[in-house]
Amino acid sequence: MANKILKKEQLIPGQTSKLVIDAPHIAAKAKPGNFVILRVTERGERIPLTIADTDPESGTITIVYLVLGKSTALLEQLNEGDDILDLCGPLGKATELHSGGTVICVGGGTGIAAMHHIAKGNHEAGNHVVAIIGARNKDLLLFEKELKEFCPEVLISTDDGSYGHHGLVTELLKDRLEKDDSVIEVVAVGPVPMMAAVSKTTEPFGTPTTVSLNSIMVDGVGMCGACRVTVGGETKFACVDGPEFDGHKVDFGELRQRLAAFSSLEKKSFDHHCRCKCNDNS
Amino acid sequence: MPNQPAEERARNFKEVALGYTKEMAMQEAARCLNCKKPKCVQGCPVQVPIADFIAEVAKGNIEKAYSVIKSTNSLPAICGRVCPQEIQCEGACILNAKDQPIAIGRLERYVADEYMYLDACDLISAKPECPFIDEEKKVACIGSGPSSLTVAGYLASRGCKVTIFEALHEVGGVLVYGIPEFRLPKEDVVAKEVGALKDLQVDFVTNYVGGKTFSIEDLKEQGYKAVFVGVGAGLPRFLNISGENLCGVFSANEYLTRVNLGRAYDFPNYDTPIIKGRKVTVYGGGNVAMDAARTAQRLGAETVHIVYRRTADAMPARLEELEHAVEEGIILEVLANPIEFKSDGSGNLASVTLQKMKMGEPDDSGRCRPLPIEGETYELETDLAVIAVGTRPNPVLLENEPDLKLNKWGYIEADEETNETSIPDVYAGGDIVTGAATVILAMGAGRKAAQEIARRFGIED
Repeated sequence: MANKILKKEQLIPGQTSKLVIDAPHIAAKAKPGNFVILRVTERGERIPLTIADTDPESGTITIVYLVLGKSTALLEQLNEGDDILDLCGPLGKATELHSGGTVICVGGGTGIAAMHHIAKGNHEAGNHVVAIIGARNKDLLLFEKELKEFCPEVLISTDDGSYGHHGLVTELLKDRLEKDDSVIEVVAVGPVPMMAAVSKTTEPFGTPTTVSLNSIMVDGVGMCGACRVTVGGETKFACVDGPEFDGHKVDFGELRQRLAAFSSLEKKSFDHHCRCKCNDNS
Repeated sequence: MPNQPAEERARNFKEVALGYTKEMAMQEAARCLNCKKPKCVQGCPVQVPIADFIAEVAKGNIEKAYSVIKSTNSLPAICGRVCPQEIQCEGACILNAKDQPIAIGRLERYVADEYMYLDACDLISAKPECPFIDEEKKVACIGSGPSSLTVAGYLASRGCKVTIFEALHEVGGVLVYGIPEFRLPKEDVVAKEVGALKDLQVDFVTNYVGGKTFSIEDLKEQGYKAVFVGVGAGLPRFLNISGENLCGVFSANEYLTRVNLGRAYDFPNYDTPIIKGRKVTVYGGGNVAMDAARTAQRLGAETVHIVYRRTADAMPARLEELEHAVEEGIILEVLANPIEFKSDGSGNLASVTLQKMKMGEPDDSGRCRPLPIEGETYELETDLAVIAVGTRPNPVLLENEPDLKLNKWGYIEADEETNETSIPDVYAGGDIVTGAATVILAMGAGRKAAQEIARRFGIED
């Protein structure tokens, strides 16, 4: 049965989980950089999530999500053996893989999971992949072990200094770029301020920088324009033109504002969800 | 035809038009002159034998009338509601010369509604039983909008095995995400007509994206002998003016998809949110603009303006939809063209600057060109803008099928007679061929393709 959750792992209990899902049709086609759109319930909204890994042989895809609002809270209620109601993909353009050099993949928070798939693609394309990953503290750091399987270098930073470098991923990045002129590309996936900061860091070095944007989406197949983002002064759709763009050209300020457009409604939806659930239990 | 009173319907999502009673339908049908060579049929893209079905209605034989319509139209309850009859069948009616034309659309709708609840197989092809399905005659449709549904209805009722692949989670394409509930009820009409196709053993596969989840080649390898591409119009166009990406500026596609497909009008009982807007402005003059404006009104806006750069009588929307909108309190802001969206200082839309326009001389197309009146601009307060100025071809399938020849506008090139594309046995129809058009024109294209596919399968009518 397609869309069955074969494995669920709580990476950060109550906050971030990893699902391995039976989806042979998606696994057969998915490439690094692609995402899926899923729906958990009949009344649910469509949520885009980047594919963290695939295994075409066993026909599975892996997704990692942060429990943020009602829809991800509903997803978190599903367990191994449950089916995901709707799962659509692979969507978006695949990562453009260049070869023959060092590629630095920077990941922050849940973005590390999406970055993992891109890093793996770069490794398979024959690049020397340096992973730089950061989180608020040691317990929130994802995919360190998985990245170490193919990245010769995994550099770590935490905001509180509980593990690795005490500070920001951009400090590690700058340091690395100063020492190494074989870097052909920097890829960043994570919170918007982090991707903006990475792009700013690489600019003086002139290093091509790719960011993967997590815009709000509805259909995810180029129909609604909700995910539009300004890149180099032009309006682009993250779902069909992206989700990866040249970080030096993205208007991050606009992206941040657009991501917040529904925040009060998301809270209302979450409160409604909690209230209904409490009523159900009483 | 009776409608819900304007002040009442402007606050709910229930259907506006209430439909004929049998008495009203028979009375209207009795006006038909039963022309020997009925012009109305020539005006119908799917060639419904209009005079024949009306003659049955006049006699009170509604079931017979239904099977007459169904012989060429698999979606009559939908067509009876959303076809631009005034420029098609009714526009061609000979009674136009001295009186009102026959209300063909309303009669079609009445007949379809009466019989939609019956066993579809008995009626869909005017044949007595469900046809035997030959699993070898496999046809795939990509997209589940009106053109694909028409292909499926035609071929399945003639014994072909049809599978429809849909990218979204619900079947119906524009009928579901685009046209609002108050004009086309989803459960009572769209789902029922789709259900009739399921009775004919048409398979529906949702969450499958042509060009992404599968390619045309994949379908051929799976034994599909013909493929119909009906993936719709695609990416929304924007105005390319400053401030267009402010929060509160939506494409009509996003606005309507949230409300119709996501049922955002019932948020938070449904999870898809919508920004409701207090002072709403809608840009464009077509049916989509009318739908967006009337939706905003129903979501509780204080004022809704439709901003259009020409005059109201040049609007491409159906007259009935325009009239309904005005009755419901929508304000027409004509001879006005947006030139800038302004922010409240924190990224949210606060107002729009409009350029006053005047109508100039007709251009090559014969249409008068709107011209700016230099120096005359004004501000309109707005916290929600909906842009309904058309679409561009969606690249998702096209980028991944390089053998599919496109025309100079980027739409799929298809043979006018057969709707076959540059890839043999691959057909296309609907908005992905013509650019944004009407449901019935998409159905007409689907019918042409289906007839050609049937012919190649050796199925004679």
